[in-house]
Amino acid sequence: MPVVTDSAARRTSLHDRHVAAGAKLVPFAGWEMPVQYAGIRQEHEAVRATAGIFDVSHMGQIETRGPQALELLQLLISNDIAAIPLGGAQYGVLCREDGGIIDDLFTYRLDEERFLTVTNASNHAKDFDWFAVHAEGFDAEVLDVADDFAMVAVQGPQARALLAPLADAPLPARFTVASLTMACEPALVCGTGYTGEDGVEILCAPDVAGRIWDAVVAAGAQPAGLGARDTLRLEVCYHLYGNDLMETCGPIEAGLGWCCREATGFLGSEAVAAVRDAGPSERLVAFQLTGPGIARQGNPVLGGGEVTSGTLSPTLGVAVGMAYVPAARAHVGEPLEIDVRGTVRTAVVVEKPFYRGSAA
Amino acid sequence: MADASYPADLLYHPEHDWARIDSADAGVATFGITWFAQDALGEVVFFDPPAVGATLKAGASYAEVESVKAVSEVIAPLSGEVIEVNGALGDAPEAINDDPYGAGWMVKVRLADPSEADALLDVAAYETLLG
Repeated sequence: MPVVTDSAARRTSLHDRHVAAGAKLVPFAGWEMPVQYAGIRQEHEAVRATAGIFDVSHMGQIETRGPQALELLQLLISNDIAAIPLGGAQYGVLCREDGGIIDDLFTYRLDEERFLTVTNASNHAKDFDWFAVHAEGFDAEVLDVADDFAMVAVQGPQARALLAPLADAPLPARFTVASLTMACEPALVCGTGYTGEDGVEILCAPDVAGRIWDAVVAAGAQPAGLGARDTLRLEVCYHLYGNDLMETCGPIEAGLGWCCREATGFLGSEAVAAVRDAGPSERLVAFQLTGPGIARQGNPVLGGGEVTSGTLSPTLGVAVGMAYVPAARAHVGEPLEIDVRGTVRTAVVVEKPFYRGSAA
Repeated sequence: MADASYPADLLYHPEHDWARIDSADAGVATFGITWFAQDALGEVVFFDPPAVGATLKAGASYAEVESVKAVSEVIAPLSGEVIEVNGALGDAPEAINDDPYGAGWMVKVRLADPSEADALLDVAAYETLLG
């Protein structure tokens, strides 16, 4: 079971820090990323109890600017872009015409006519092409600015207290963004995250990311890897593209109807509206195992459906997961049987999320 | 997790499993996974043992061990019949990390052919394989 590293994989500007901290590095979406440092459980607990810092520089960024930037994004993204105030942040999905999800992403409004959209690493090239193709005919420019940014997330109930002394201005509130200096380096700081805890995500030039990282670690944040990031997000039922979201599935099925505003006429809005009206055939549910075992991505649900994410919840100490199941079975209390590599394991549909962190 | 260690009194399978031949009965052996295997896996959260009486075949999977992140099959270093499983791992699978050669043992086996042990690696050969 050697740890495989892909020599063709890209390294983030924080690679040296990860190596020095004893991280296990793994290939992820074309990047060589830290999966863990001290151990997934210890990192997970640090984020729930105090604060952790994650290198998420693999994530991509697309800038959309110009007089019709808003109109273009309104066409592309499912949520109501016009409702984002200056300095605001909003979650939405990118859909194909048939409603299939191309990506899920956060969009920040930097200025009246200037927006920054953060993409998943594995989808960035595909997203940018989609933006560029549809920008034809709009008085707007789309720029692939992924190489301009490193990105770190600082998350946990004590994240803000730990960061405040390093910033030259108040940290932005949840779902807002601010330009300030962090450890004397210019940064775009966003009140967002992927752990269910309070905290921020920091975008900065790659060549200053190391100094920000060092200052935040010195202030007491535990370096945390993709392993803990996955268990943290799953406990709060945040979707992971490639697991819980895919092009063959729409936002209503995924439980993302709340970020779809069909009235804006976004690409795919007719298909989404049709599913919302008729009701989806499948829904993504949260489940908990009621006996031994851990269900994992790809395990079939007996009677139809499939597990898309599954792990042992470090906070709750029980095996949890999400699965698409026939809509008729998608209600709390429904017993499920899951085929875990040939062994039938019992589970029950439960309320989302499994856990509420300090961001809730 | 303790530092890397590979006791000299064990026999090793290249798939990172160990066998300890019973000092009183050369027809019985205890199996587990090596320090390297548990380190690569990370914190173990679940061990699914075979049933007592199950037949194990050398080189074939006989159990699964899961970390938070991944599942891994456990390979039998020798063939035989399971005569005891480490029930304590049900409640405390972390023993596989903390003490892989002691409290983290997995099964005790009545060997089908004790001479199979000749094909296993001694500690020097296993450490060479690890590089």
